[in-house]
Amino acid sequence: MFYTLTLSHVLTLSALLFTMGMAGIVLNRRNIIAILMCLELVLLSVSINLVGTSYFRADITGQIFSMFILTVAAAELAIGLAIVTLFFRNRGTIEIDAADLMKG
Amino acid sequence: MLPDLIFALFATGILVGAGLIIAARNPMLGMLGMLVTFINAAGLFILFGAEFLGLLLIMVYLGAIAVMFLFVLMTIDLEFFKLREKPKAYLPLGLLTVAVLAGEFILAANYGLFSTNVTMLPTGEQPQNIIQIGNVLFTTYVLPFQLSGLVLLTAMVGAIVLTHRPRSDVKRQSITKQVLRTKEEGLTMTKPKLGHGTGTNVAKHWKPKSVAK
Repeated sequence: MFYTLTLSHVLTLSALLFTMGMAGIVLNRRNIIAILMCLELVLLSVSINLVGTSYFRADITGQIFSMFILTVAAAELAIGLAIVTLFFRNRGTIEIDAADLMKG
Repeated sequence: MLPDLIFALFATGILVGAGLIIAARNPMLGMLGMLVTFINAAGLFILFGAEFLGLLLIMVYLGAIAVMFLFVLMTIDLEFFKLREKPKAYLPLGLLTVAVLAGEFILAANYGLFSTNVTMLPTGEQPQNIIQIGNVLFTTYVLPFQLSGLVLLTAMVGAIVLTHRPRSDVKRQSITKQVLRTKEEGLTMTKPKLGHGTGTNVAKHWKPKSVAK
């Protein structure tokens, strides 16, 4: 189906997306919501990796694991947003720097 | 040639959306970037023959997770996002780390084990994507499938327990209290005089408890 596209193109896209997600987590110290979004980006990059490999290796297993990743992402996000809501209720902000109770 | 161009289109969309998420000052804009990213990723999945997964991505991310994000964004105050800019001492180090990481990943993707010439393996007549998934998911991966359901249940219970707070300003039925109520606290015997009613001391003892309405 593809003429010039190979697996390494897909892996490169996935690597770029993963790196952008990491960059968002490292550089974005403003709020927790943005960090959660960047975490979703990282998980999506892994999903793209798996689906691309699944296509080029003609093996369905990658898609199955991508589905499990989707499940874990949804669960993680539900808990994360619950924590954000709780944090906002207690501290009145969702700044990362406000979470300094443990003096870490 | 056309599928390659479509891949390039979707890849660009994904990266643009990701850039929007990272750069957005307003989280609503970041939300928009997330939508762009995930729509393009769903298109990419469908391009790779994973129709079920692509549609699932749209359903879960655009239907559930985006709404959840928007809901949380609505419940919190967005004013403080106009934050004061702090000196970012960690910015150069972070950028360096990220650049090194990106270089490593791209090198590994291009010259690694899956080196450049992996094209699609020859396959015979394949059943539909969803039939393939069902055949594998409910046989080989049935235990992980059940476990993922358990993960979702745990997440649901956890989210409810974390955000639930008991309120004291509402009247609600307490069955334990209701059952443990004794005759002494609930019943007072008086002998009212004619024309005086039951008097005030009765009202002092008897308080309307929050019994069943």
